[in-house]
Amino acid sequence: MSFKWYLTWLFKPLLFVVCLLPAVLLGYDAYTDALGANPIEEISHITGDWSLRFLLITLTVSPLAILFHARWLNRFRRMLGLFCFFYVCLHLANYVVLDQYFDWPEIYKDIIKRPYISVGFAAFVLLIPLAITSVDKLVELMGKPRWLKLHQLVFVCAVLGVLHYLWVVKADILEPGIYGFILIVLMLFRVWHRRSQANVKV
Amino acid sequence: MLIKIGKKSDLKESEVTPQSLFDQRRQFIKKAAGYSVAAATLSLPFSAMAALNLNPFQKENSSLSDELTARKHVVSYNNFYEFGTDKKDPAAHAGSLKTDPWSVTVAGECAKPGVYALEDLVKPHAFEERIYRLRCVEAWSMVIPWIGFPLADLIKQMQPTSKARYVEFTTLHDPQQMPGQKRSVLDWPYIEALRMDEAMNPLSLMAVGLYGEVLPNQNGAPLRLVLPWKYGFKSIKSIVKIRFSETQPRTTWNLSGPGEYGFYANVNPEVDHPRWSQSRERRIGEFRKRKTQMFNGYAEEVAHMYRGMNLKRNF
Ligand code: HEM
Repeated sequence: MSFKWYLTWLFKPLLFVVCLLPAVLLGYDAYTDALGANPIEEISHITGDWSLRFLLITLTVSPLAILFHARWLNRFRRMLGLFCFFYVCLHLANYVVLDQYFDWPEIYKDIIKRPYISVGFAAFVLLIPLAITSVDKLVELMGKPRWLKLHQLVFVCAVLGVLHYLWVVKADILEPGIYGFILIVLMLFRVWHRRSQANVKV
Repeated sequence: MLIKIGKKSDLKESEVTPQSLFDQRRQFIKKAAGYSVAAATLSLPFSAMAALNLNPFQKENSSLSDELTARKHVVSYNNFYEFGTDKKDPAAHAGSLKTDPWSVTVAGECAKPGVYALEDLVKPHAFEERIYRLRCVEAWSMVIPWIGFPLADLIKQMQPTSKARYVEFTTLHDPQQMPGQKRSVLDWPYIEALRMDEAMNPLSLMAVGLYGEVLPNQNGAPLRLVLPWKYGFKSIKSIVKIRFSETQPRTTWNLSGPGEYGFYANVNPEVDHPRWSQSRERRIGEFRKRKTQMFNGYAEEVAHMYRGMNLKRNF
């Protein structure tokens, strides 16, 4: 069987299952009451962490594909990006349903007044069009250049996501710092790559 | 009102001498270190004491449904950055803390400065159980049965001079025992302080135990403050130094974030943390958030100390 066959029928389903694992584990821990003293906070942390991780993993795909001349890697990008959106949705659902219990005035106040919530919310809103336009039909309809341009927004989301995390913590900025560092490296890679490509053309 | 203070008059000399039990228990720890089976026996001294002269928590005493927070949560979920910044870190890493022997340095504006062995420091005081609400600045809360003695008694013992306007407390600084101190997340050692009248307030407790047992390491063994009307970070843990001062000491969280953590840090639902609301809190074990009370519900006992002060500015 061809490499493409493996890609479609083995690697992709496998990756799907792996990406789902944190959610399955979270569900299991919730079911067995293993989330500790403050389960809602724990869910918020776990889903928040995975949102940001998947966002950064998604952004790592094309640099890897370039560095290792493995364009097939790009075929996993959409799924990873959608998993980021999936975990963001869980993260948000946890906030609205469990944390605030549909207290809309309170939620509204949070979004307006709390910078870390404002920023997280902005990142969520910006992720929506990216998730929607991941459908093949819509990519066609938009045309690849416009689609690419729209999807540059993912960098804005990532910056907002890191900022959101940075403003959540009280004093220990190590973890958001690590995510921030990775994001900067990923962005610098793209600048470097674009430059080198431009040089080739000249 | 949610304070249960065991009446000292209830205590018969022949029955219990809490201090000796405390010593015994600490002796026990030395001998039985590493034996988990010993736990049940070890817990006896304090619980026996509690049964004798301390009223168990009474629900009808409280206007709120202030049920005790499960012990397993009290000892597994808290902030103690000396062992790491995650709230599970203290329980996971506090095993390396050695609380015996332990001494406390008393210094500054007082007549009895010196280095005191913990046993000598607590000896003159009768222990009592107090059930207090604890409100963390992160908007979660617990209800904890502490064992300790009034801070005021300890202060009187040290005979502060007329110059003593503040009391400063310092946590142990030893990165070997407190691995969280290997990273400078905060400016170690951890320092907290109170105005003298706050320290002398009958609510201020020097705690040596909780849930009828000697304090677990992760909860600030062997000696910690409990100030139920202030955010939890004021209730400094594992104290090695007490200093009386004429000027207001610099406190750790205030240094770390002057705009976010004030010197007073009184629980106040009307003054938000710059990044989150303080109007509600999640009581550990409960689903819906509940309203945070002014001074964490202890206004009757403490509000007079802040009369005329702008609490928005002096947060
Ligand atoms: C409407 C949108 C959002 C809301 C309301 C929201 C809310 C929250 C809340 C309440 C916390 C926990 C704060 C705490 O108690 O410690 C949190 C943490 C976090 N959120 Fe969000 N968030 C949103 C969007 C996002 C997005 C889009 C991302 C990532 C791309 C994200 C990533 C994180 C991360 C990494 C954490 C920290 C987790 C940890 O401490 O381990 N959030 N968020």
